[in-house]
Amino acid sequence: MILGELSLHHAVPYVAAAFIVFFALILLYLAIMAGKLSRIERELGELTEPAAHRPGAGAKDAP
Amino acid sequence: MYGKRLRALALTTFAALTLTWVLAFFWAPDDADQGFLQKIFYLHVPLAIVTLGGFVYGAVAAIMHLRTRDSRWDMRSYVAIHLSLVFGVGVLITGSIWARGSWGVWWDWSEPTLVSFLLVMLLYATYQPLRFAIEDPERQARYASVFAITAGAFVPINFVIVRLSTAYLHPRVLGNISGNLPGRFQVVFYLALVSMALLWITLWRYEMTSKHAGAQLRALRRRLSGEDQQDTQPRRSAVPTLGVEAGAPR
Repeated sequence: MILGELSLHHAVPYVAAAFIVFFALILLYLAIMAGKLSRIERELGELTEPAAHRPGAGAKDAP
Repeated sequence: MYGKRLRALALTTFAALTLTWVLAFFWAPDDADQGFLQKIFYLHVPLAIVTLGGFVYGAVAAIMHLRTRDSRWDMRSYVAIHLSLVFGVGVLITGSIWARGSWGVWWDWSEPTLVSFLLVMLLYATYQPLRFAIEDPERQARYASVFAITAGAFVPINFVIVRLSTAYLHPRVLGNISGNLPGRFQVVFYLALVSMALLWITLWRYEMTSKHAGAQLRALRRRLSGEDQQDTQPRRSAVPTLGVEAGAPR
């Protein structure tokens, strides 16, 4: 029993560290991807704004 | 296209991972030899298997790219390898943490499993620089596919050779030498494997959605800016160019 408690006491920091590293890695990946998606959204906004006000927009491709 | 049902997939992945780790910590017993430290294996081993599986998928997608010349397969291969590299970093760090707790060292150069995984990682670490070094997108895609196939073939060969080697310092979770996992360990382990595979698929689709949206945006920008920008040289990048950007049919 005492040996088991010692083992648990010894192992908890390592197990916690492994899981924290994993979550941190996934969160970092998601944060980078979210940054890229935000940039796409911003650039899309920059494109749609002038396109909407362009004279004859939508008529150019018409036959 | 890739974003379809992504939300449902993400929620399923979250539920599966939560269930896995609840069962791992509160239902699966502690290992007789490793004790509580063995819980790391429900994270580390599925992560390693999914990483290697991702590299193999990258090779399969590269074969499809060379067969069909469809740039979407190149993108699938690229994203699979990129994501597997991220997972691989997690494998190396969690493995090192376990080694420190169990063996008292962060790394053991005499252990074939560790060294071979590091070799695979170093091999794939050259994938992005290789792509970046080639300016012509067509040639870049072709060379990257050849690399992905060659390196992908190395992964299972490497895995088998390591399993056949005589040093068994690294514990075997699934093996025919010391018997398979007993009862609850096995249930939680397979659940962890499925959950980790789901996480990989979710993130792969997430990145594919992002890459596809970016390509569509660049194509839209080119169309809106008119013919004068058609001949301009694209910015050098390791990221594949999708057919939609070049005006090719999707």
